Amino acid sequence: METEKKTRVLIAKPGLDGHERGARVIAYGLGDQGYEVIYTGLRQKPEDIVKAAVQEDVKVLGLSILSGAHLALTKKVMDKLAAENAKDILVIVGGVIPEQDISKLKGMGVAEVFTSGASIKEVGAFISSQLS
Amino acid sequence: MEKQEEWEGLIKAMQEGSVRAMARLISRVENRESGWLEAMKSIHYKSGRARVIGITGPPGAGKSTLVDRLTRDLADEGFKVGVIAVDPSSPFSGGALLGDRLRMKEGSAIEGVFVRSMATRGALGGLNQAARDVVKIMDAFGKDIILIETVGVGQDEIDVVKTADLALVVCVPGMGDGIQAIKAGIMEIADIFVVNKADMDGADQVVSDIAAMLEMGAEDSTSRTPIVKTSAAKGTGTQELIAVIKERLETSKKDPAWLEGQVKEEILVLLEKEIARHLRKQWNKEGGFDKAVKQVVKRERDPYSIVQEMTARFVGESPA
Repeated sequence: METEKKTRVLIAKPGLDGHERGARVIAYGLGDQGYEVIYTGLRQKPEDIVKAAVQEDVKVLGLSILSGAHLALTKKVMDKLAAENAKDILVIVGGVIPEQDISKLKGMGVAEVFTSGASIKEVGAFISSQLS
Repeated sequence: MEKQEEWEGLIKAMQEGSVRAMARLISRVENRESGWLEAMKSIHYKSGRARVIGITGPPGAGKSTLVDRLTRDLADEGFKVGVIAVDPSSPFSGGALLGDRLRMKEGSAIEGVFVRSMATRGALGGLNQAARDVVKIMDAFGKDIILIETVGVGQDEIDVVKTADLALVVCVPGMGDGIQAIKAGIMEIADIFVVNKADMDGADQVVSDIAAMLEMGAEDSTSRTPIVKTSAAKGTGTQELIAVIKERLETSKKDPAWLEGQVKEEILVLLEKEIARHLRKQWNKEGGFDKAVKQVVKRERDPYSIVQEMTARFVGESPA
């Protein structure tokens, strides 16, 4: 009721990927779990995503990538976050990610990767476990 | 006094231009983290320069697109712009989907523009104060113009634009039944009416409907309320709107009665919330609140006598 602390999350789609249903489903799902979710839509540049993450002071940044360019785009985002002194933001990646790339993403600092089939519940549970 | 130092560090960093510090401050103040009152004291004195424009209207009116356009045009003219985009929190989950930023891709990408999405958080009258706090922080950072956008469906969201220097109400053609469809209360607060999506059929009808309603208002001032046609998506009419905004900002220079009203509200809301918070904390510590709730549920007690007792305890008097 009173202004309790709310966890703010940014869901973003970097690059030229035009498939946003997954991102929207996650965004709505997390909203239903009590998060404040900012969704910035399609075709975002990594620097604009990081800018938004900083301005909105989110605790979690979720990247949705179905275009295949996940390694390059995630690297750009992670580098930008570091440059902005924002490495404390929890980064998760979702979308079409081949098994062999998951460890590469985690090596960049991504906390977890959720491929298609992952449930919203899982995502929410992971986030709350990481933040508590 | 570690916490105090953290706050001071953030304020200092913000004054030195750190956007991250400003964003952090906004979150902490919004969350009412311990030490926030002290921090806002300091920030209050550093604010007071920025002009605030409130933009409201029914869903689908194109407010976010309009705000994006205004942001771009104002930034082009050299203004440092801050945007607060307010969206409702779900009364069920407490969460929110803050989607206004989505429509402000171009504006938010401009250097010197700061966009912050805000959820109403079941504010119950506290939304005005939350917005004021964020405005002061952005003001202290150095923003010249701050745009607050809200969906004008709840009373709270409509009220927020009253805290601004100028209130813009955005209407669109095709809303069926003309202006009657718009919630009462919105029409009275407008300093400027904007008929957006003016490229659509029926735009002129909306303009004349508004004009007719203003005529009926009978007061001299309302009949001079400007009505501007725009197409935010196409970028037409926004230059004219900015000219009208600037002119109105000049002429409506903080009317003292309005200012006093704002200050009264601010003090009272802050006071009520603080006292309630303290009371609840104390009450919760003793387990008294839960106990009282159970008693009322079992109909052993009524809520009114509980409130009488708690108030009396707080004020130090015997119950009324």
